[in-house]
Amino acid sequence: MTCILVSIFLCVFRSNLHCCAGEEKRVGTRTVFVGSHPVLETDAYIAQRFCDNRIVSSKYTLWNFLPKNLFEQFRRIANFYFLIIFLVQVIVDTPTSPVTSGLPLFFVITVTAIKQGYEDWLRHRADNEVNKSTVYIIENAKRVRKESEKIKVGDVVEVQADETFPCDLILLSSCTTDGTCYVTTASLDGESNCKTHYAVRDTIALCTAESIDTLRYCEKIPTTYQSLGPENLLLKGATLKNTKKIYGVAVYTGMETKMALNYQGKSQKRSAVEKSINAFLIVYLFILLTKAAVCTTLKYVWQSTPHNDEPWYNQKTQKERETLKVLKMFTDFLSFMVLFNFIIPVSMYVTVEMQKFLGSFFISWDKDFYDEEINEGALVNTSDLNEELGQVDYIFTDKTGTLTENSMEFIECCIDGHKYKGVTQEVDGLSQTDGPLTFFDKADKNREELFLRALCLCHTVEIKMNDVVDGAAESAELTYISSSPDEIALVKGAKKYGFTFLGNRNGLMRVENQRKEIEEYELLHTLNFDSVRRRMSVIVKTQEGDILLFCKGADSAVFPRVQNHEIELTKVHVERNAMDGYRTLCVAFKKIAPDDYEIINRELIEAKMALQDREKKMEKVFDDIEINMNLIGATAVEDKLQDQAAETIEALHAAGLKVWVLTGDKMETAKSTCYACRLFQTNTELLELTTKTIEESERKEDRLHELLIEYRKKLLHEFPKSTRSLKKAWTEHQEYGLIIDGSTLSLILNSSQDSSSNNYKNIFLQICMKCTAVLCCRMAPLQKAQIVRMVKNLKGSPITLSIGDGANDVSMILESHVGIGKEGRQAARNSDYSVPKFKHLKKLLLAHGHLYYVRIAHLVQYFFYKNLCFILPQFLYQFFCGFSQQPLYDAAYLTMYNICFTSLPILAYSLLEQHINIDTLTSDPRLYMKISGNAMLQLGPFLYWTFLAAFQGTVFFFGTYFLFQTASLEENGKVYGNWTFGTIVFTVLVFTVTLKLALDTRFWTWINHFVIWGSLAFYVFFSFFWGGIIWPFLKQQRMYFVFAQMLSSVSTWLAIILLIFISLFPEILLIVLKNVRRSARVRTKFIL
Amino acid sequence: MTWSATARGAHQPDNTAFTQQRLPAWQPLLSASIALPLFFCAGLAFIGLGLGLYCSSNGIRELEHDYTGSSDAGNCSECAAATEGGAPPPNCSCAWYFSLPELFQGPVYLYYELTNFYQNNRRYGVSRDDAQLSGLAGALRNPTDECAPYRYSAAGLPVAPCGAIANSLFNDSFSVWHQRETGGPYVEVPLDRTGIAWWTDYHVKFRNPPLVNGSLALAFEGTAPPPNWHRPVYELSTDPNNTGFINQDFVVWMRTAALPTFRKLYARIRQGNYSAGLPRGAYLVNITYNYPVSAFGGHKLIIFSSISWMGGKNPFLGIAYLVVGSLCILMGFVMLVVYILYQDQDEDDDDDD
Repeated sequence: MTCILVSIFLCVFRSNLHCCAGEEKRVGTRTVFVGSHPVLETDAYIAQRFCDNRIVSSKYTLWNFLPKNLFEQFRRIANFYFLIIFLVQVIVDTPTSPVTSGLPLFFVITVTAIKQGYEDWLRHRADNEVNKSTVYIIENAKRVRKESEKIKVGDVVEVQADETFPCDLILLSSCTTDGTCYVTTASLDGESNCKTHYAVRDTIALCTAESIDTLRYCEKIPTTYQSLGPENLLLKGATLKNTKKIYGVAVYTGMETKMALNYQGKSQKRSAVEKSINAFLIVYLFILLTKAAVCTTLKYVWQSTPHNDEPWYNQKTQKERETLKVLKMFTDFLSFMVLFNFIIPVSMYVTVEMQKFLGSFFISWDKDFYDEEINEGALVNTSDLNEELGQVDYIFTDKTGTLTENSMEFIECCIDGHKYKGVTQEVDGLSQTDGPLTFFDKADKNREELFLRALCLCHTVEIKMNDVVDGAAESAELTYISSSPDEIALVKGAKKYGFTFLGNRNGLMRVENQRKEIEEYELLHTLNFDSVRRRMSVIVKTQEGDILLFCKGADSAVFPRVQNHEIELTKVHVERNAMDGYRTLCVAFKKIAPDDYEIINRELIEAKMALQDREKKMEKVFDDIEINMNLIGATAVEDKLQDQAAETIEALHAAGLKVWVLTGDKMETAKSTCYACRLFQTNTELLELTTKTIEESERKEDRLHELLIEYRKKLLHEFPKSTRSLKKAWTEHQEYGLIIDGSTLSLILNSSQDSSSNNYKNIFLQICMKCTAVLCCRMAPLQKAQIVRMVKNLKGSPITLSIGDGANDVSMILESHVGIGKEGRQAARNSDYSVPKFKHLKKLLLAHGHLYYVRIAHLVQYFFYKNLCFILPQFLYQFFCGFSQQPLYDAAYLTMYNICFTSLPILAYSLLEQHINIDTLTSDPRLYMKISGNAMLQLGPFLYWTFLAAFQGTVFFFGTYFLFQTASLEENGKVYGNWTFGTIVFTVLVFTVTLKLALDTRFWTWINHFVIWGSLAFYVFFSFFWGGIIWPFLKQQRMYFVFAQMLSSVSTWLAIILLIFISLFPEILLIVLKNVRRSARVRTKFIL
Repeated sequence: MTWSATARGAHQPDNTAFTQQRLPAWQPLLSASIALPLFFCAGLAFIGLGLGLYCSSNGIRELEHDYTGSSDAGNCSECAAATEGGAPPPNCSCAWYFSLPELFQGPVYLYYELTNFYQNNRRYGVSRDDAQLSGLAGALRNPTDECAPYRYSAAGLPVAPCGAIANSLFNDSFSVWHQRETGGPYVEVPLDRTGIAWWTDYHVKFRNPPLVNGSLALAFEGTAPPPNWHRPVYELSTDPNNTGFINQDFVVWMRTAALPTFRKLYARIRQGNYSAGLPRGAYLVNITYNYPVSAFGGHKLIIFSSISWMGGKNPFLGIAYLVVGSLCILMGFVMLVVYILYQDQDEDDDDDD
């Protein structure tokens, strides 16, 4: 009986993918039995229960959809409120029938349920696609075809080339003899290079179905416990490459796989508009309660006169007389609530949701976002944040791959201080050995070759053979694959100088030198790159038996570890290259004596095998090895700026946005990139807070403090106190840019004295806020998120946007309000939106974001406005009907107002409106400032809309009231009743509210015409229809012919027209006044 | 969130006007050259309309008399005093004398007005059974709950017509007498009591129950009249087309008023010598005073009114149109001034530049 104890040290691979809460479940050990095992008698092992391999991303099943969805919908405050109102209407005797609020609620719930159901159906479909895919499992020495979801922990799974792993597997054996396989994780983290994974050493040989099955019958544990690491683990979702087939045992299945865990715990982001909506809701709820309370009080004041309470013509029933007064007051209060409840716009949420859902299509449809190279357009992962794109205050951008292309080109190198630079790219064949290269000043030939060999050996580049079968692979095209484009550039650079890396064969690295000879090196160890050490090394054994260590890394990581006297010459080059915006790396080497190697080897293996704190131990060993090296030279690689990156940054600046660049690169490199992309202008005064300015001294903190104070003084002097005018001030005043690096930042944030660190932080933030551009270099991924969090929590909680492309940007993307990833990378999966290029940010923010914000802000204001207009006359009417809760409008009108008569025009508006043309918006970034700070949903505009609604509601009611101060409105002397009164008010209301929207519409497509005029026509048609028939299901035929009779009066027509005109008059006046000023300006300019 | 690779993939987006948000659109801009003439035109049109409305409202004559009897010394005060004790005496009548120095241009309509009477009270307004009133036999004997406490009589019979509205039917009646020359005899002015209700109400919404043996009285057998009524519903009038539920006074009353002070049409004067209006002379209105209003602090008025194309006398519309029209023109001028000012200012601005 075999059991393989699988103890996976998650800490190792937790570091490179972002953490989430769900991952904690995976820490610890689990024991897995390979194959289907019979029940054990002797073993103390307690069977663990594992979940099956079904992936469930869907929320509902067919059975629980209704209850679960309803429950979730009623957790929303607005829906719950309407449910309560509905229940009150059912239970208490209220003025309006339960239908009036029940029907809109039902409509809203149904629409939302359909939308969510559809989305869930999509998820089900996607899940099924994964769950039902076929996999092969070895059972009883036979290959059995199964559905992916049937895999159990412990099953032996066979995976063939180019298939994705169906669950997390431990590699048992592969078809290759050395038990390795190649895997690409492109669909997980976007890294398309092949990674090598190793089989468990004891099972390497078991590479047929029969032999692997023997594992089940082994009586003994074949060897000692072997520690399994990430190199043995094949993750679900990764793809097998260049390996015919492998066998693996399932260790984590279904929802416990790394992939599933990574997707959980993504927090919901809420937009500023949504917060405004909630604030408005509270205001309106307050108005509602006040109205109901006022009416209830006045009712009882009015009723204190007995003939008002119960006149002879309107006596109460016995039951009514006997009801407790307190209870009556309470039900009266509820009745008023019900009567006025329409003031809370019932259908707003559903309209907002539909607007966001449908509106987001315009982003993914935009062909300007389409990039032909990757054949992808923009992608919207969440539609909840569309309007937030129009509200951004701070942009945090990654540099490499975001501002730049991340396609590296080897520019030059320096060997022992001598500069080598390729003339042009005319030459790229292998035949030219040294002809076309200009050596300005040759270094020693040996050193040259050593340097180039270092470039050829010190990397993790793999070779993709195009024609392996031919045997002529070496002469055929070589394609280098690596996770880091820098490495490819370096290997290609070495090739240009005559040293070609030919790949890895049987642990031997093969290099063709300038004399066309093939040199072979045995790769002993690779000391992998990590972001803390910022360097990597390889230990190789030459054919002669020498053991060499080659190391390459950032200058700051290498210089302290080489002999001092070598640095000076190279340093000059490195610094100049960095100034030019190139990425620089230093190369060093060291010869290791065989005796030393023995020790090193042992230490390395020990560290690798360590069961605990492996990472720490490895780090220490690496640290010990990489010392006392000899510096050979440095390389410079250019990362080209992206197309239109500079224009985009300029436009974003002009739009009042603050752009911060957060990068892991060197300060000089980053700085020059910032100059190149015009983040810093030539006249920008730079304030530097870096290790250089602070210097390596004991009194670091004091120096930092001094600098901070000095900078603050400078900035405060420049800018007067008012922060409001800051945006304008930018254009007129001296511009400041700030540069800070990672270590200084951590010094500021984690200063030893708590009180002073707080102080530092405040001063630092004050400085940041006054600077137009900030560059943070040498940042660790978590520091990026830290900065975003810091800015997010500033006073006034500015809206932040992060854009990045790599796994190291994910934390920052998740932290900010809006995360934008670059298409096709890990960042894109965690982002809210993804666009192919940085330049697309301009249109995304300036045009789409602006429009979405204006649209939704207008939608929200309009909804509150139209419902206040609607309910105010009903409130005023209570003063004329003895506070008896008599509704002014018929129940049908109350019900249909929000869901039929006035819903579609605003929806069409909120999808199609372009108050300013898209082209103008993109070309004039200053327009973006007009809507910053949630400008359209501030108190001012809200009050304007509210007063407008109050004014119009008053006009509707009192206009009709005065109209009714006559015996008759008809030329035949007949008299109208209360329903005609209400219908006149309602007609004026519907027309005014719709025409108000028409006045606001600046962009009349045929859809707008259709919907606006269609809604009005529908209202008229419906009113005729509703009043034209005696409806058998109605108790009272209140509306019978009321509408038609109303229209037979000339006075009514004239009154309706007049009231609509009066209501809209202030609006028209304002618009015309604005246009008169504008056109006057335009004309004078034109004349001049 | 989808996990399969196929669900992703926005490929080349469609290049249509809709998806690219480039639908052809009308982008109106109310520029000064359009807005200013528009303002002046609208203003003039409104003033014209307002003048027309104001003149025709002024041309309408109204003659009203408060006969409640609480304040004036008319003989109605006796009746009013009698009602205060409780139920009014069965036949208290009083009279209102007035004289017309000239012709009261017709056609003349006779209205009554009640004040402080809340026909729009919710509890009052729902206290009716439209099914019963539409002549459904079933509903006749089984009135709806809303009619309570006027649903069943004390004897347990269903009330027809049930409900508070019907019970409180206005039951004063008026007759108008004309004395051509002083000392001459009073001649009764013929009052047309038909055609005062909405056509659809009278012909469709209100129907009598099917006759039993040709008799309306038998059709209502087994029902009780509302408690305040002195006679059953089928005796409201002798005219078979104006009795029962389709009695026009009743139909008019059942259309509840919008406001607590309301007028209802009582009769039209359009027959014989009076088709052109009420000729000059002395008049006497004989009032049968039944309806108690002092109990709720109300008043009763009787109104003679002529009617024009815009209905009854109502200066509001005319004045409102005049005001809005003048405002339009005023604003037009203000805008003109602003326009000119801005033009100058901008020239200055540009000079500064």
